Amino acid sequence: MSDFTSNFWPAYIASITILGMVACLVLLWFSGKTKAMTSHDNTTGHVWDGDLREMNNPLPRWWVWLFIITVVFSLAYLVIYPGAGAFKGKLGWTSVGQYDKEVAAGNKEIEPVYAKFNGMSSEDLAKDPKAMAIGERLFMNNCAQCHGSDARGSKGFPNLTDKDWLGGATPEDIKNVILKGRAGNMPPMAAALGGSEDVTNVANYVLSLSKGPHDSVKAELGKAKFGVCAACHGQDGKGNPAIGAPNLTDDIWLHGFGEAAIVAMINNGKVNPMPPQGDKLTPSQVNVLTAYVWGLSNKPTGAAK
Amino acid sequence: MKPGSADTDVSAGEGDAELVSLYQAHKKVYPRSVSGLFAKWRWGLVFFTQIIFYGLPWLEWGQRQAVLFDLGARRFYIFGLVLYPQDFIYLTGILVISALSLFLFTAVAGRQWCGYACPQTVYTEIFLWIERKIEGDRSARMRLDEADMTLAKFSRKAGKQVAWITLALWTGFTFVGYFTPIRELVGLFASWSMGPWETFWIFFYGFATYGNAGFMREQVCKYMCPYARFQSAMFDKDTLIVSYDAERGEPRGPRSKKADPKALGLGSCVDCTLCVQVCPTGIDIRKGLQYECISCAACIDVCDTVMDKVGYPRGLIRYSTQHAMSEHWGRAEVIRHMVRPRVLVYSSILAAVVVAMLVSLSVRIPFKVDVVRDRSTLARIVSGGKIENVYRLQLMNASEAQERYRITASGLAGLAIASDNTFTVDPTQSRWVVLNLQLPYDAAPPGSHPINFEIESLDSPGKLSEKSIFIVPR
Repeated sequence: MSDFTSNFWPAYIASITILGMVACLVLLWFSGKTKAMTSHDNTTGHVWDGDLREMNNPLPRWWVWLFIITVVFSLAYLVIYPGAGAFKGKLGWTSVGQYDKEVAAGNKEIEPVYAKFNGMSSEDLAKDPKAMAIGERLFMNNCAQCHGSDARGSKGFPNLTDKDWLGGATPEDIKNVILKGRAGNMPPMAAALGGSEDVTNVANYVLSLSKGPHDSVKAELGKAKFGVCAACHGQDGKGNPAIGAPNLTDDIWLHGFGEAAIVAMINNGKVNPMPPQGDKLTPSQVNVLTAYVWGLSNKPTGAAK
Repeated sequence: MKPGSADTDVSAGEGDAELVSLYQAHKKVYPRSVSGLFAKWRWGLVFFTQIIFYGLPWLEWGQRQAVLFDLGARRFYIFGLVLYPQDFIYLTGILVISALSLFLFTAVAGRQWCGYACPQTVYTEIFLWIERKIEGDRSARMRLDEADMTLAKFSRKAGKQVAWITLALWTGFTFVGYFTPIRELVGLFASWSMGPWETFWIFFYGFATYGNAGFMREQVCKYMCPYARFQSAMFDKDTLIVSYDAERGEPRGPRSKKADPKALGLGSCVDCTLCVQVCPTGIDIRKGLQYECISCAACIDVCDTVMDKVGYPRGLIRYSTQHAMSEHWGRAEVIRHMVRPRVLVYSSILAAVVVAMLVSLSVRIPFKVDVVRDRSTLARIVSGGKIENVYRLQLMNASEAQERYRITASGLAGLAIASDNTFTVDPTQSRWVVLNLQLPYDAAPPGSHPINFEIESLDSPGKLSEKSIFIVPR
């Protein structure tokens, strides 16, 4: 009852609850008998509007017992479960406790399903159709929200089916990213490059790396300034997987293609985090999911649906 | 006890007021057994409904139970039909048909459902039959209940309970057999390895049958059943009800068989009270129509027997209408008045719903598709400058054979499926597939464009069209 600032309210609620039940019983008792004329025609003798008579059709006594049973049930409930103000109930039940219990029970129930997969390598798991069916469902429930149902991502969300891995391509790397997340970070570089013209020139040079549409004069000018970028992206622009710096020479444009998109990226930079999933999934689930994600770009030969 | 305040009227009355309890102790009804035309009809319907109820789960259809509601897998098998939860509309249809049938029957002939086919009546009838076989008929049962407990009484009572409980458990078992394959359930029950829900429902349904048919009986109809009460809204003066012909019967009184009732100033009612003794709800039909009357016609059957015995014409109590009684109509006129706006409206709506349901079932395509557009990835540009949208399609096979489905997309010029478009789905299974649609750059202006997926079964006739949208980014 931490929601309340004073002890008055729990007591108030408890007393209203219990008084309400007592009032029900009192009402039941008082309305059980009445002084009425029971005429031969089975009416109570009450007449309204001249001819509207009230029939005496008594409630069956067993029905009254149903009322009493509900009151007894409610009282027992208040003893066992929380409900009467600040009293926690004899069972000490909480919704969080029940949730934890059900999660634990659920995890225990799926344990045997995963038992077989636990020791297996991602390479082997990717060949196991049953594991991959589970992996697909895990992916759909936990990853597809950003990376898309076909895992090909969209602007800002990496495509997981190609060979371009910003966080490393081995199963261990993938598992690590799933567990701990990853923070892609491109700092704003406009100041370091000089003026806006320099930025445009560098953008054209970057486009030229992957043979995209570019102005070759500007690109040549930009090449001289690329040294600033090379610290992360490498002198040849091929990136550095160790620090998550993308390859600029391939035709993969996570944050948009074209001069304008590249200029915006140089000017503003971007922090692009992948949230950690380690606390949402069990280690066994992460294991299968890793294999599934790895398998998306490492299709086992001859496996086609 | 202080009297309640509800008696203000009484103080103005003529006195004579007394303290009455508004909670009535249950008076047990001991219906006397009855035979006759309507009893035969009732037993006919008892057999008809119960052979279906107890027998249906044992029927096989191919490799499976003919009627099975597999809640776990969410598949509902009714003979050749495989229904998905998405087919819920058919259940609605059945319920609407049931409701309208109830309205129609009630408007024409009163509470026929209550008197002949309602499970409450049917099981009460069966339980009463068991009771009668073990404890005897009405007077014997009344004597037995009043008698002190002896070994003989105990063994009769215990025997009845055993028979009742066995039947109730069988009923619960049969009920669960509609949801868990009943042949497997036999083994599960025998080895006591049923799931918690199966155990609960066998005993709960069994207990409800036992309690309602053994003990609650007419109390259910009188105090619990909502249908019993709202059926009076369908009554009018041309509705057939169990009617006592007071004009002919009164003044009632016993008389010698040889005496001429006219000379004695008596009506046809010999006041044998058999009509009261056979009544399962314990009312006296001679007081006129009462809300307790379930239209079972036990009083008609027994009165006809008595009339035969004393040599009077039958029909002192009969199915008749209020109008017919007051206007002295014959059978032809009663039938003529059955055709009236209320009956015509009920019948035409009922016919329309039945036809709609039958048509819908007959043109039903044995598969379904749900299209779910990816919500996160509105659109993306892929190599070649093409715009790609991602969809997930749930292919639901509602047939009992493996089926291949081919998907095509239409609605925009140049729209093409860039992934697999033919999928195999196992019998009665559903499967999610991912589909990539691509559109050449500049083929459509930015915005949302309606498109259609056409899904065609390659193994059986049938084609479905599902709407979706294709988004071109700005």
